[in-house]
Amino acid sequence: MTQGRVHSLESMGLVDGPGIRTVVFLQGCALRCRYCHNPDTWAAEGTAESVTPRQLVERLVRFKPYYGSTGGVTFSGGEPLLQPAFLAETLELCHEAGIHTCLDTAGCGLGEYGAILAHTDLILLDVKHYTPEGWRQITGSSMAAFDRFLEAAQQAGVPLWVRHVVVPGLTDGEEHLAGLETYLKGLKHIRRVELLPYHTLGVHKYATLGLAYPLEGVPPMDGTALEQWNERLNRTCVQADRS
Amino acid sequence: MSIDVNCTAWQGFRTGEWRHLVNVRNFIQKNYTPYSGNGDFLASVSTKTAKVWKKAEALIIEEVKKGIIDVETDAVSGIDNFAPGYIDRENEVIVGLQTDAPLKRIVNPFGGIRNATSALEQYGYQLNPEIERHFRLYRKTHNEGVFDAYPKRTRLARTAGLLTGLPDAYGRGRIVGDYRRVPLYGTDFLIEEKKADLDRIDGPMTDERIRLWEEVQMQIRALEQMASMAAKYGCDITRPAENAREAVQNLYMAYLAGIKENNGAATSLGRVSTFLDIYIQRDLDNGVLDEQGAQELMDQFVIKLRLVRHLRTPEYNELFGGDPTWVTESIGGMGVDGRTLVTKNSFRMLHTLTNLGTAPEPNLTVLWSPHLPQGFKDYCAKMSIDTDSIQYESDELMRPMYGDDYCIACCVSAMAVGKQMQFFGARANLAKSLLYAINGGVDEKKGIQVVPDIQPDTDEVLDYPKVLGNYKKVLSYVAELYVDTINIIHYMHDKYAYESSQMALHDTLVERLAAFGVAGLSIAADSLSAIKFAKVRPIRNEQGIAVDFAVEGDFPKYGNDDDRVDDIAVELVSYFSAELKKHPLYRNAIHTLSALTITSNVMYGKKTGATPDGRKAGEPFAPGANPMHGRDKSGALASLNSVAKIPYRAVCQDGVSNTFSIVPTALGKSEGERVDNLVHILDGYFLQGAHHLNVNVMNRQLLVDAMEHPEQYPTLTIRVSGYAVNFSRLSREQQLEVIKRTFHEQM
Repeated sequence: MTQGRVHSLESMGLVDGPGIRTVVFLQGCALRCRYCHNPDTWAAEGTAESVTPRQLVERLVRFKPYYGSTGGVTFSGGEPLLQPAFLAETLELCHEAGIHTCLDTAGCGLGEYGAILAHTDLILLDVKHYTPEGWRQITGSSMAAFDRFLEAAQQAGVPLWVRHVVVPGLTDGEEHLAGLETYLKGLKHIRRVELLPYHTLGVHKYATLGLAYPLEGVPPMDGTALEQWNERLNRTCVQADRS
Repeated sequence: MSIDVNCTAWQGFRTGEWRHLVNVRNFIQKNYTPYSGNGDFLASVSTKTAKVWKKAEALIIEEVKKGIIDVETDAVSGIDNFAPGYIDRENEVIVGLQTDAPLKRIVNPFGGIRNATSALEQYGYQLNPEIERHFRLYRKTHNEGVFDAYPKRTRLARTAGLLTGLPDAYGRGRIVGDYRRVPLYGTDFLIEEKKADLDRIDGPMTDERIRLWEEVQMQIRALEQMASMAAKYGCDITRPAENAREAVQNLYMAYLAGIKENNGAATSLGRVSTFLDIYIQRDLDNGVLDEQGAQELMDQFVIKLRLVRHLRTPEYNELFGGDPTWVTESIGGMGVDGRTLVTKNSFRMLHTLTNLGTAPEPNLTVLWSPHLPQGFKDYCAKMSIDTDSIQYESDELMRPMYGDDYCIACCVSAMAVGKQMQFFGARANLAKSLLYAINGGVDEKKGIQVVPDIQPDTDEVLDYPKVLGNYKKVLSYVAELYVDTINIIHYMHDKYAYESSQMALHDTLVERLAAFGVAGLSIAADSLSAIKFAKVRPIRNEQGIAVDFAVEGDFPKYGNDDDRVDDIAVELVSYFSAELKKHPLYRNAIHTLSALTITSNVMYGKKTGATPDGRKAGEPFAPGANPMHGRDKSGALASLNSVAKIPYRAVCQDGVSNTFSIVPTALGKSEGERVDNLVHILDGYFLQGAHHLNVNVMNRQLLVDAMEHPEQYPTLTIRVSGYAVNFSRLSREQQLEVIKRTFHEQM
């Protein structure tokens, strides 16, 4: 029987997708993003709880009364795509139970995207960078895997909320954001763009895990400075659909 | 004498049974105008209101600093014992104060003379010696009556803190007169009806009939005094109100009589907004009132409600967190015919929070239903986010049991307005009871035997079936003792401190509810879970009393939507409720039960030793039915789901209180999203049969700052367990406990 490794469950997440959502954090991530605020979800095994898709969905159904017509479940991580069979089965069961599904991903998985995307209503796509060099600089890995997932998602026509973390000195500035804009204009099915100001709330986890923090000394980003760009990107990159 | 059905007071109203006999619900149903729009029509504060409020607010802020403004020491409580008083006479649209000056308190010695004089002394006042002498010589009080009848076992339970908050030295409260009857009918008609009731209830003179006859005669005198008191303000309440201003004014006079006569812990208002809307709408339709004028009436009425005070001892204030009076007003809800009971005046009542700023009183309570108009739901959510001053209770749960004209007394206690009253019964300590089951009935702090015939547990590792068996024995004993105690208290309260003005506004043959309570539900459930799923070793002192516990291994904790432990909590309340019901109550009252602690969860914790869930001796309990702080690890919805499992109907039928705190950024990114999300949370919670929810939307940092710099936050209001408090009036211990509570802040 398929088993999944679940790091934790936040029954009420209101900032990861539309409406009231339960966020399931799946264990394991192959990327090592320099600003990651969940390093405790990196290890493939970690302290995760092992559950079957059915067991997980039984817990999720308990929260359905709160979802209304807009909310649902968001699978986050870690990288949810690293547990493809478990993810696909769980998504399908969610749909059987009438629950809206959302995938919060950096797009670096192991394939089986057809089965996963068939039951994904929305993707929160973390665009780390828009050039292969920049992408590698942040994550330590190749962008090719991301491109393969994005291709599958575009073909499947799943709506996207694009998210981009803006880090001072790394992914900020007019030039960088203009480059992002050009890149996003080339994509379809974007429903929303969210520029996420870099924050330092996960830094303490590094010390707990005995790791050095790669962005030591970088100050948190002032969110208000991004408002204009946020508005611009939502105007220029979001279209009902271009198909 | 009956009222001329064609009188000008009733002109334009649709007729019905209400014209011939006292039936306020029928009047409302025939005449109210449901409103499904939004709050755009609301008017801002009027010049007169602003002037009156400025003076009142300055006094309130001065009172927070001084503790008390003044006390009337030359008269004692009574409906018509005080000269009229004003705040700013020329600008007051609604008049009437408890005494001859705002915030000047009343001495009520009927509950207990010792308590009253001690409160006075602690604030540096002295009762007129002649009055005190007469009271001590010639007038027995409620408190003296109760202690004459308390058996030794009750005294022990009281000393140990097994039963606390018993209303045996002050007014019991939670009695809500149907104050609407006075503006609708006038006191003359109500007196006629009461006289007719006397003839109807004539018969063999049994105890109960003698008591009832005496009470109805007292009620009649109370109505006469009410009219006399109102006349001193130039208000004629003997006849029906002619217009909206008179309706608000006369209703307030009826309420005012109650708080001049009584100092009950909770003196709630009832459900008046939609009733008053009928008068306001008639005046608006006739062009004799505009929206500004309508709002002015409600604002000025609410100013008066914010000034209600009772003289309490400083210890009482410490227990309850400031100076609460629980002037609870129930707003909204649905009718049994499917129409919403929301009117424009439901909005106006909530809008006072905008016009006058936030405040803990009146205790604004929205009766929530998924069927409420969307505009009203959104408005409530927005007001909650902006003011933290609203509590929500499930209309879907209560309407089938109480009909559609019930109100909330105090925090969570539902009752049909004018048809039911409540014998308030404080609470029993479930966590301490569990320790008695382990310690052979001996109190872990005082070392005295409180519960007899319990075998002390000497096991090295606690055995679940054995502990549970002893626990049930203890709870059975506590239930019987508790019923006996409440019977004594209410027998004596009726005898020595009868609330004649409030009971005059009830049906003569009233139904009585007796509200028992539990504290420490989450502690007891988690402790049993620890014993069942982990290894718990008692650490005993030389007398063999378990003074601490070593817990080995993990166990499910209440607040995570985990049936393994949530079912234990359900079993506990169901068992205790069933045990209470085995014992008959004074005046055939109906047993109800609440999981509600107000702020006394801090005090209960202080009086209770370490518990098997890992809580240390003296640490506060979680409030009401809340999970213990920090143990709800799966987020807000899981926590709400656990509380929603505690059964209301037939078990915790006096209320299941839950307080929910969330930081604004975790509730949504924009104001619109936050409103939508909060509405969904409320819908989802109540859809599962949950009963009550306090909503606070604020940052922990704000509270820390308010604790350090109280002068900068004189009116900061937060919801605690079933009511709102002025944060600066909480003791430091209570402030720390509130700050420690779980704030849902998922990033």
